[in-house]
Amino acid sequence: MPKINVAMTVNGKAVSAEVEPRLLLIHFLRENLSLTGPHIGCDTTHCGACTVDVDGRSVKSCTMFAVQAQGAEVLTIEGMASADGKLHPLQEGFREMHGLQCGYCTPGMIMRAHRLLKENPNPTEAEIRLGVSGNLCRCTGYQNIVKAIQYAAAKLNGQEFKEAAE
Amino acid sequence: MIPGSFEYHRPSTVSEAVALLGEFDSEARLLAGGHSLIPMMKLRLAQPSHLIDLAGVGELKGVRVEGGEIVIGAMTTQHDVIASEALATHAPILREAAEQIADPQVRYLGTIGGNAANGDPGNDMPALLMTLDAVFELRGPAGARQVKAREYYLGVYETAAEPGEILTGIRVPIPPKPHGFAYEKLKRKIGDYATAAAAVILTVSGGRVSTCAIGLTNVADRPLLAVGAAEAAVGSALDRATLARAARAAEAIASPAADGRGSAEYRAKMAGVMTARALARAFARAAS
Amino acid sequence: MNDAPAPTSLERAEKLQGMGCKRKRVEDVRFTQGKGNYVDDIKLPGMLHGDFHRSSHGHARIVKIDTSKAKALPGVLAVLTAEDLKGVNLAWMPTLAGDVQMVLADGKVLFQNQEIAFVVATDRYIAADAADLVEVEYEALPVVVDPFKAMAPDAPTLREDIKDKTEGAHGTRKHPNHIFNWQVGDRELTDAAFAKAEVTTKDLLTYQRVHPCPLETCQCVVSFNKILGELTIYGTFQAPHVIRTVVALIAGLPEQKIHVISPDIGGGFGNKVGAYPGYICSAVASIVTGLPVKWVEDRIENLSTTSFARDYHMTTEIAATREGRVTGLRVHILADHGAFDACADPSKWPAGFSNIVTGSYDFPVAHLSVDGVYTNKAPGGVAYRCSFRVTEVAYAIERAMDIMAQKLGLDPVDFRIRNFIRREQFPYQSALGWEYDSGDYLTAMQKAVEATSYRALREEQKAREEAFRRGETRELMGIGVSFFTEIVGAGPSKNCDILGIAMFDSCEIRIHPTGKGIARMGTKSQGQGHETTWAQIIATEIGIPADDIIVEEGNTDTAPYGLGTYGSRSTPVAGAAIAMASRKIKAKAQMIAAFMLEVHEDDLEWDVDRFRVKGNPESFKTMSQIAWAAYNKVPPGMEPGLEAVSYYDPPNMTYPFGAYICVMDIDVDTGVHKVRRFYALDDCGTRINPMVIEGQVHGGCTEGYAIAMGQEIAYDESGNVKGASLMDFFLPTAVETPHWETDYTVTPSPHHPIGAKGVGESPNVGSVPCFANAVNDAFKFLGSTHIPMPHDAYRTWLAAEKLGLHA
Repeated sequence: MPKINVAMTVNGKAVSAEVEPRLLLIHFLRENLSLTGPHIGCDTTHCGACTVDVDGRSVKSCTMFAVQAQGAEVLTIEGMASADGKLHPLQEGFREMHGLQCGYCTPGMIMRAHRLLKENPNPTEAEIRLGVSGNLCRCTGYQNIVKAIQYAAAKLNGQEFKEAAE
Repeated sequence: MIPGSFEYHRPSTVSEAVALLGEFDSEARLLAGGHSLIPMMKLRLAQPSHLIDLAGVGELKGVRVEGGEIVIGAMTTQHDVIASEALATHAPILREAAEQIADPQVRYLGTIGGNAANGDPGNDMPALLMTLDAVFELRGPAGARQVKAREYYLGVYETAAEPGEILTGIRVPIPPKPHGFAYEKLKRKIGDYATAAAAVILTVSGGRVSTCAIGLTNVADRPLLAVGAAEAAVGSALDRATLARAARAAEAIASPAADGRGSAEYRAKMAGVMTARALARAFARAAS
Repeated sequence: MNDAPAPTSLERAEKLQGMGCKRKRVEDVRFTQGKGNYVDDIKLPGMLHGDFHRSSHGHARIVKIDTSKAKALPGVLAVLTAEDLKGVNLAWMPTLAGDVQMVLADGKVLFQNQEIAFVVATDRYIAADAADLVEVEYEALPVVVDPFKAMAPDAPTLREDIKDKTEGAHGTRKHPNHIFNWQVGDRELTDAAFAKAEVTTKDLLTYQRVHPCPLETCQCVVSFNKILGELTIYGTFQAPHVIRTVVALIAGLPEQKIHVISPDIGGGFGNKVGAYPGYICSAVASIVTGLPVKWVEDRIENLSTTSFARDYHMTTEIAATREGRVTGLRVHILADHGAFDACADPSKWPAGFSNIVTGSYDFPVAHLSVDGVYTNKAPGGVAYRCSFRVTEVAYAIERAMDIMAQKLGLDPVDFRIRNFIRREQFPYQSALGWEYDSGDYLTAMQKAVEATSYRALREEQKAREEAFRRGETRELMGIGVSFFTEIVGAGPSKNCDILGIAMFDSCEIRIHPTGKGIARMGTKSQGQGHETTWAQIIATEIGIPADDIIVEEGNTDTAPYGLGTYGSRSTPVAGAAIAMASRKIKAKAQMIAAFMLEVHEDDLEWDVDRFRVKGNPESFKTMSQIAWAAYNKVPPGMEPGLEAVSYYDPPNMTYPFGAYICVMDIDVDTGVHKVRRFYALDDCGTRINPMVIEGQVHGGCTEGYAIAMGQEIAYDESGNVKGASLMDFFLPTAVETPHWETDYTVTPSPHHPIGAKGVGESPNVGSVPCFANAVNDAFKFLGSTHIPMPHDAYRTWLAAEKLGLHA
């Protein structure tokens, strides 16, 4: 099948390549651009480990062809820290609150949380849990992920995070 | 995990899309949000040689109120259905149902047209749209026509759409104000297809149900309109005995498949339970 | 010269970030930035991709394999079948359980999705296309999926390769589909106890087949360097050294020329202990093509062909007095191992440590008999945080104790307390051969009872039962209790080995002149946080800040030999080695300090991060100063440098325990449950990092929740596997997952250098029976005695239906 030229902006950088139409966005990111932050954890669009941000939407990049992202602005975990290396409050929060163990779901989880907090800067716990219901984690049991996102929400709102008493 | 090869097309108008569909016929599939089709392609259960991406067809987007109807472009995503003020105001059951479809990522791309068009009995929108007595706008080589949702679903992946026709929009008659509504979906976990689900739209007058429509999801080879259950509800104050009668009527028309969600008997019974609960909730809403 | 007061011992101790503190994780810096280094992130020049063509049948003879179309596809370099592997004697490989397993189907297939051919191509998309082009002709054979029918006289013989072998790896086989019988305990005394018992119970308690399902599947990159004759294997290996030795033995390559590296691993849970056909085929392909070969399985392949877990069918009997004192335990287990016994057990333990089935209770006599059988299912058995079958038997004993309590009319907590092994009885010799090192069960149980207001919950439950009977509610309330004792830390060389290698573990520490250091261990974290916690042990032991110690695991060339991380063995075994190596360094440091201070060693005392002269605290040397001195002025006769290695052979296993209590509400009309509360008290001995421990409990309880409430890998009568994708394999999202309350007691292990016991597996051991007991407890007042797992909505509804609750 003939290849197609696809061009998009990824983490602020313009990129382009000749790709097969069937090339999945996740493979374009990981193989063509060597952005190995987003991961593959399933084959049925359930786990969310591949989640990135495309034109302001949380997208499971395993279920989009690279050609569908023609002209899009894509943000991956590698684009979350600022240019001078300062971590995004979500990256900080996941570490502070022990919201990760093996780290495999983490890039997708942070990218989804990033968009969630833009949709809803002050989510309740229930809204956070619903908000990440498209991201599976096998290690943490989600409880500290919730805290990590609450930490980031507070920080982004200019507040200090206070853990709820057990 | 890896789909087969295909040629990719990205028309910018419905006419172009129809022409491409006509040219490639059964070798082609339409790509809307892609969250039903691409997973099937990755498992190689679908292997189209041509993919026609509708993302660039502006005509298919948007939600507008036109007289007594809301017109929803087929490419309106579930996310946009949820966000739409017009739908929240006029047909809030759509938001309630959309919020129970899949997960946030899937809802950003999955479209109401994609959910309604292909006759997958597991999808939520078909029964909902039947309950609302919606009308589908189709466009094909022979031109445009309309088909009632209640006449559209014929079997598993079998619909009234002719080969080469594209679902371009959905016309939803605005339910009376006030009305009660509920979408009660039993599922193994959030985002799963329904074990059984019931959609209810009703109006209440003098403490009694005056009109009622009930749709059932995933308990047969197609979405069902539970006419008998709705008739049982009309004229009543939905006391326990009536709810039980309505539940039994819903159960009687269900013929679900046995699968990981449960036996056929269980799922049929759950169609009844969901019907009763949706009726009760809709009734309470209408009262408030 | 400033006037700031010298930091106190407490302040210096805090700076160390040693044992007991919630040190933030070192690993997180790279993981939160997407800079982890997982196997599929590895790209080597010229790297090829491998993919399998797999069997559509559960049991069939292979009539013909046609690889011609696959080979003809541009970009395909090779297509391997069993015939090709026979040439290098690798068509079959040994398993960790003393069996053999086909690498590629040899004459027949024995489970659906079994590997038949391995295609190797220039990219993974072409490999996928090529795998689809392999054509296989099958002759279907009758299928065995019910383990209870595996040894029927007319059952088809599955393992034709060993059909004439009446002696297996673990003794006599009594049927062609029989693998082993394993027995322990006193049969006569136990039978006698049952014969004269006042009350007995007998129940078939089944722990369904499930799968560890780590988020990252199994994968490898293998690269054979033809010029050097050296093989480099990157892989998802929880036990990289074992993989190296196994490859050396089966591939006939000298061990020093095999470099096995486990980089970051995205979860293991026992799924990544053994060797899989993908690894072997990649190695052969790399040798044949002279290029690196990558193999990455997809999720369906992972769930349907790699090491499953459980599938234990346990007929469990308890004998007791009418007052509620247990007098005997008799258990028979039918173990379904699938097509090959690929269990990752220590070699003398074909049924793992299932003889911990006596649990936390003082059974005077007991007997356990296990029969393993072959079926047409994926091979394996030991995995999923089970500590070698401990989860299975913990479920059996905790369910059985609840059933007996019900029969006796006793509260489940009170019945357990009546039969606990008492604190004074430790070290305790169980009737099935284990010496439990330590425990204080009563304190833990009382703490749990109080924290959950358990007695008030029982009162509330009584009120709700009456309301249900009156028709005022359609919800049932269940209270689940589990008090588990598990056995981890494999293990002492006298009874634990993997393929003949004793299950010690190791640590090597090297301190640099400027007082920083590097430490390597034989374990391999897949999320447990060893880079963070191992440094905490060293920091406390030798007074160097944890931040100044780099921890490395997983490179078999540089890490000392170890048996890897699974079965909660890392803290008990490697943790001990870390302490012992640290103490060697500390001992040498003491001698250097004495020399520097011109005193005798015995005149020195240790103060957090320094040695000081007794009675003269102003006279001290910090570890920093001692490190420098180690490289330029050591006592005469002493070697320079400051490093040590320890290989630790534990004297015993360790016995973490816990008290879990769950409150659940069940809607009888749909079968849907809601977890109202889950309280988990764990005693893992000395606690290295409370934050990490809490995370382990959250994660393990979430896995246990999934198992108890809906997870299953099932097969239909035709051998089709069901539930092998995430559509149906139940993994809860953040929405379903309950809130976890964690608590603890500390009963140090008396034989462990730092008193630690390990905790990773405890929550999976304890939570499953807790949830199962909660569901069962809800239906007890209606006469129900046992409802099997998984407790999904459908099966819970079915239980209610059978009790006539829907009339």
